[in-house]
Amino acid sequence: MAENGIGARSVRKEDARFLTGTGHYVDDINRPGQAYAAFVRSPHAHANIKSVDIAKAATASGVVAVLTGDDLAADGIGGLICGWMVTDKNGDPMKAPPHPALAQTKVNYVGDHIAIVIADSLAEARDAAELVNVDYEVLTANVDTNAADADGTPQIHADIPNNMSYDWELGDQAAVDEAIKNAAHVTTLEIVNNRLIPNAIEPRAAVGEYDPASDSFTLYTTSQNPHVARLVLSAFCAVAPEHKLRVVAPDVGGGFGSKIFIYAEETVCTWASKKVRRPVKWTGDRSEAFLSDAHGRDHVTKADLALDADGKFTALRVSTKACMGAYLSTFASCVPTYLYGTLLAGQYTTPAIYCNVKALFTNTAPVDAYRGAGRPEATYLIERLVEVAARETGTDPAELRRKNFIPPDAFPYTTPVVLAYDSGSYEEVLDKACGLADYKGFANRKEEAKKRGKLRGIGFSSYIEACGIAPSAAVGSLGAGVGLWEGAQVRFNPTGSVTVFTGSHAHGQGHETTFAQVVSDTLGIPFENVEVVHGDTDKGPFGMGTYGSRSAAVGGSAIMLACDKIIEKGKKIAAHSLEAAESDIEYDGGTFSVAGTDRSMSMGEIAFTAYVPHNYPEGLEPGLDETGFYDPANFTYPAGTQICEVEVDPDTGEVEIVKFSAVDDVGVVINPTIVEGQVHGGVTQGIGQAVLENCVYDGDTGQLVSGSYNDYTMPRADDVPNYDIELHETACPHNPLGVKGCGEVGAIAAPPAVMNAITDALGTENINMPASPERVWQALAQA
Amino acid sequence: MPTVSLTVNGKAVSAEVENRTLLVQLLREKLGLTGTHVGCDTSQCGACVVHINGDAVKSCTTLALQIEGADVTTIEGLATDGVLHPMQEAFRENHALQCGFCTPGMVMSAIDLVNKNPKPDEQTVRHELEGNLCRCTGYHNIVKAIVSAGQTMGG
Repeated sequence: MAENGIGARSVRKEDARFLTGTGHYVDDINRPGQAYAAFVRSPHAHANIKSVDIAKAATASGVVAVLTGDDLAADGIGGLICGWMVTDKNGDPMKAPPHPALAQTKVNYVGDHIAIVIADSLAEARDAAELVNVDYEVLTANVDTNAADADGTPQIHADIPNNMSYDWELGDQAAVDEAIKNAAHVTTLEIVNNRLIPNAIEPRAAVGEYDPASDSFTLYTTSQNPHVARLVLSAFCAVAPEHKLRVVAPDVGGGFGSKIFIYAEETVCTWASKKVRRPVKWTGDRSEAFLSDAHGRDHVTKADLALDADGKFTALRVSTKACMGAYLSTFASCVPTYLYGTLLAGQYTTPAIYCNVKALFTNTAPVDAYRGAGRPEATYLIERLVEVAARETGTDPAELRRKNFIPPDAFPYTTPVVLAYDSGSYEEVLDKACGLADYKGFANRKEEAKKRGKLRGIGFSSYIEACGIAPSAAVGSLGAGVGLWEGAQVRFNPTGSVTVFTGSHAHGQGHETTFAQVVSDTLGIPFENVEVVHGDTDKGPFGMGTYGSRSAAVGGSAIMLACDKIIEKGKKIAAHSLEAAESDIEYDGGTFSVAGTDRSMSMGEIAFTAYVPHNYPEGLEPGLDETGFYDPANFTYPAGTQICEVEVDPDTGEVEIVKFSAVDDVGVVINPTIVEGQVHGGVTQGIGQAVLENCVYDGDTGQLVSGSYNDYTMPRADDVPNYDIELHETACPHNPLGVKGCGEVGAIAAPPAVMNAITDALGTENINMPASPERVWQALAQA
Repeated sequence: MPTVSLTVNGKAVSAEVENRTLLVQLLREKLGLTGTHVGCDTSQCGACVVHINGDAVKSCTTLALQIEGADVTTIEGLATDGVLHPMQEAFRENHALQCGFCTPGMVMSAIDLVNKNPKPDEQTVRHELEGNLCRCTGYHNIVKAIVSAGQTMGG
């Protein structure tokens, strides 16, 4: 392995600036003459707007402009869109309500946007926002996902009865019903997948700037996919034509999905910068983030798992109500359908699966993809069902999984819910995880804990996810409004260094390091001489961005395509310079040589020759700068087993995570240190969901109760243990790097591992996430 | 507007501020020191931690006028002549940062933590870090880095 090649634990390039405070996040950007924005937000969950009086605010000190939804509409600025069309089981398209960036007639959640106040200073903007007088007719709020479609529940959108966007199904219902009728055992669970607030530590921010000289705009924004933001702002919001809008997403302080989406604030700031002819800067505070970032999860599910007398799974039936919030966010509709229902086979050979999902509107913030997006919900359901089935049938939970795993010789394996798994080593990984967790020693540890008055439990989670989203034709046929390929450009400079432009976007993942490792390894040039550039639509080709653990699998593959083209062109140049036939040129690790001779040229010499083509192949273009667009052949399928061990204090209900072991098969590993870091972070978010985090809206008023770090419990350093992580590499067979993706495995796998451990300790299944001390204590009291 | 005079990263500075101006606003907006970040509005995330007269303090909860004459060190003031502080180096070596947003506050808190608890063990570090949130790393490598820096920082 090269010192900083694929597989090396290279130290990150980006750390130097982050450790010295010289990174550039959006709020660090200040443009000459900029004004500051504050948004007027609805204090009510559900209300008609009778009037918006801006007179006082408009004349307040320092105020530049107060703009409302009427101004936006008058300028023909379109509303926010959902880019994935899901079809109802009756054949109708999903119902997508209008979503104006600034509400004109009605507000539908606390935090909904009404007006922007722009002033010379932030303090003046905020002071003046207080002076905007909105007259509301308050309506009854509907915030209960489980009751949102009940008759009599307040209807949010005029033409959407029962608040239902769509009623979707997947799988063979008749076969499933039949198998359940004939089963030797049926395990039934009713579970809630708790609503979460993503909480990247950097709040969202946007600076819009209009340049009258070129009649064009620049938007600096906290985005995971700046090109997609530009496309949507241009094609749907009509803020500016695409070639007149530059979107820059510089250093971004975490995303976890919440910065994929196109939000009201960035739309309005860009548009307003032309109205006021000054750059307009908005930086959200944490309270605004809680209110208006897209939330995650929020499912209520009933499911049955059928087993035959040998313990083989024969059918799975799932009925889910999925909350969409007040509007359909950018990708909201695909999360509880194509990222959820399609994953319900898990790692198992279950032959018949049926899934029904009702997507419902409530008076809450929009819900969309959050780290894992649909796959955590599927995994939580499957892995809780499997563990409970093991307990109910008196089977060892590891053994029941082994009995039902898809065997290694069955790949490619098509599940009854449409996915074609490409590879996997499920039993081998489970065995490794059992070893790592010292599963055999658990009984002794439980006994020892009992002597200390503690209840010790162990829980498994054997998860799978579909990542590297995705083949464009496949997602197109399922309703996606975009293709999901990725773009990359590899540009040799005449002196032999390389600049790599990628459509992927790093907001913590370390692409500047891992992509440099890939290019250094492939083109045989020093790691130090590779610069990775991302996050600016004016630099490099179009790209789809980073989400769904797709950067290495799709973005990295695009870089490999561009590298292949570099090597192909290099061979032509080498053949000419070395006076050999092109077919005799061999390439290896940065050197072009004539087969069977000692004549060779380095990549640096090739680059120089390409830019100084004095002696050059006839008809070949000068320069060494290639672009690749990679559209994957399939999803990738990271999988693994994570095992959690907890101790519960029966007096206080407090849960301590005492041991957490994970064996994750994410395919070929480019940088193990970075992959382990991704797993650590994902697992911590998973533990957060299982025992700490919960988004709560007041049932009567629709107010966000968990609206600050006082009320929304983030995992802190002393809530989590050190992790035991091993990586198992089953290469992905269909992309050039063999990678699968690692960003979401922890958030997907950990919640059921933790809850299986807690319910094992408690001896009752009757508890939902988060297993707070109060809930644990109550569950014990009722057990 | 009143004037506040401070030493920031070894340099004497003075600036006109409003009564309500927070130290973090003074640092970021008037002095251009944008390494100190704001991640919340309830003084809980710790992204804004700086040192005031050697103590780790949340600059989002400190009025600029409150600390007239104080000696302030921010993340920008840690490295000397391009050489990272041992804590910065330990964070780099141990991959204790991902998106980098919480990192300045985390490093400033960590230095104070080690100064006050020389050679801390893992449990002490986890407990003492309760004022700093990180959403990316799961703390595993942050704890490792601080324990490791605790060894090299002496004390």
